[in-house]
Amino acid sequence: MLSKEEVKHIADLSRLKLSEKEIELMQKDLSAVLDYFNLLKKIDTSKIKLETEKFVSTVNISHNFEDFDGLLGTRKDEAIHQSREVVEKLIQAFPDKKDDYIKVKAIL
Amino acid sequence: MELQDFTIKQINKCLKEKKFSAKELANAYFDKIKNTDKDIDAYLNLTQDLALSQAEAVDQKISNGEEIPTLAGVPCSIKDNILVKDEKCSAASKMLENYIASYDSSVIKKLKEQGAIILGKTNLDEFAFGSSCENSAFKVTKNPHDLTCVAGGSSGGSAAAVASNQCCFALGTDTGCSVRTPASFCGVLGLKTTYGSVSRSGVIASASSLDQVGPLAKSVEDIEIIFNAISGKDILDATSVEYKYEKFIENNKPLTIGIPKEFFAEGINKDVEKIVKEAIFKIEDQGFKIQEISLPSSKYALACYYIIQTSEASSNLARFDGIRYGLSKQNENDLLDFYLSNRAGGFGAESKRRIMLGTYSLSSGYYDAYYKKAQEIRQLVKQDFKKAFEKVDLIMSPVVPFPAFKIGSKVNDPLSMYLADIYTVPVNLAGLPALSLPVGKTNGLPVGLQIIANHFEENKILSIASIIEKLV
Repeated sequence: MLSKEEVKHIADLSRLKLSEKEIELMQKDLSAVLDYFNLLKKIDTSKIKLETEKFVSTVNISHNFEDFDGLLGTRKDEAIHQSREVVEKLIQAFPDKKDDYIKVKAIL
Repeated sequence: MELQDFTIKQINKCLKEKKFSAKELANAYFDKIKNTDKDIDAYLNLTQDLALSQAEAVDQKISNGEEIPTLAGVPCSIKDNILVKDEKCSAASKMLENYIASYDSSVIKKLKEQGAIILGKTNLDEFAFGSSCENSAFKVTKNPHDLTCVAGGSSGGSAAAVASNQCCFALGTDTGCSVRTPASFCGVLGLKTTYGSVSRSGVIASASSLDQVGPLAKSVEDIEIIFNAISGKDILDATSVEYKYEKFIENNKPLTIGIPKEFFAEGINKDVEKIVKEAIFKIEDQGFKIQEISLPSSKYALACYYIIQTSEASSNLARFDGIRYGLSKQNENDLLDFYLSNRAGGFGAESKRRIMLGTYSLSSGYYDAYYKKAQEIRQLVKQDFKKAFEKVDLIMSPVVPFPAFKIGSKVNDPLSMYLADIYTVPVNLAGLPALSLPVGKTNGLPVGLQIIANHFEENKILSIASIIEKLV
């Protein structure tokens, strides 16, 4: 069972403020799921090599296409000019703004 | 107008023959929604102005004598985690309760180009986290076959809307079960598409290595038309691939169907087992070869899935901080307190649980034991399927071990809710396509058959499903 302190620590890392009641519930719920996850601990995976060097590790599925990686067309990392209409819509969604800028709380 | 009888092609034919206009049809669906959605709660938001202006454009084309695409004038509903420009998109979360989409997702662009009519946005578990549609911040969608039971999730609103004829077809998303489970519970068809076959640009991310958009409809033919329309490469989604759907051409060699013994083990409802096995026997009678197979790592797939899903979700949901959009409480002075209070107020209980589980699995000291281990097990799950598809063409199993359950019966026990996904998550871990096809009922509640194929072999699934559809 996770302690209250552990739950609070995870909540901090998650940027979530939890009430005392939520902390107690999380202790119970998270512990039950984490116990279930422990099922994996006893499986020997020493022979498995993860292809982490490929940026597509998450999509590294053995597709039928032999040249699958070659087909993964990535977009150039560039700023694409958007019309004023699109910009206006994005600005409209800002909860707090000054002119076209997002306003944030002081950090320092 | 008998809405329950309409397939996409029938609507197309009637529109061309001017039996009714696209506007009349859209209004007939809106009437149906108004009369039935008080009980079902499938929709979060109706997009009536958009739908009627789309319908007028289709009617104009018809009266001009122009050719119309197959989906033109066909009314559909869209899961509320898929962006439709200028319409609310809440992901069923208080975090995005008043968020208005600033652009169309790529799948919506494709539907709009064809002239499909968007009736409204449907309910889901918040951020697609759930298997019952009870985790929505706004309402619980009811099962049209029994209003005291869940519709399934997370695309519960989409499935219930199709099942109760509140639309002709719907789009949902499937991260672990979310198109197939509600389709199974509501007695409609739902296709989880191959990872990479349909663009996710403009879809609110749940877990990016698992998420796929998929159609829900009432016939194999409709599923095929929609999949054909929404699939293909999109420059805005780097995981999408060049792909063009082609019908499966049968040759003389009959397809072989694998039955994984692990998917008929302990814990399965006897009626569900019987109905699914009967459907498989009927296929055998048609000359298809049935073969028992083993997917030994599938017993670890659920734990593996929930580690990966929650890890990716915790990362994807970090963007909801109240600064650029979404719920934003301006009464905190400090930036950290501002984050903490926005996220505490915006996310529901299940989202908080998943963010915390994922954060834990990725945190220093636990990463190797949880996240890395799960990535390794994911390889084992994939290898199982790879080996199986060397021997068989398709794999069949139940979708969920039981039919739709009572509303409220699992909400206080997250782990028992997660166990509902035991037959569906291995498919997402391996990026495969799978269909839920209704094959029977127990005590009035529908039961789905899951048909799984190798990557990009949706055509094999749909070919056999069109045979089973006529047999059951």
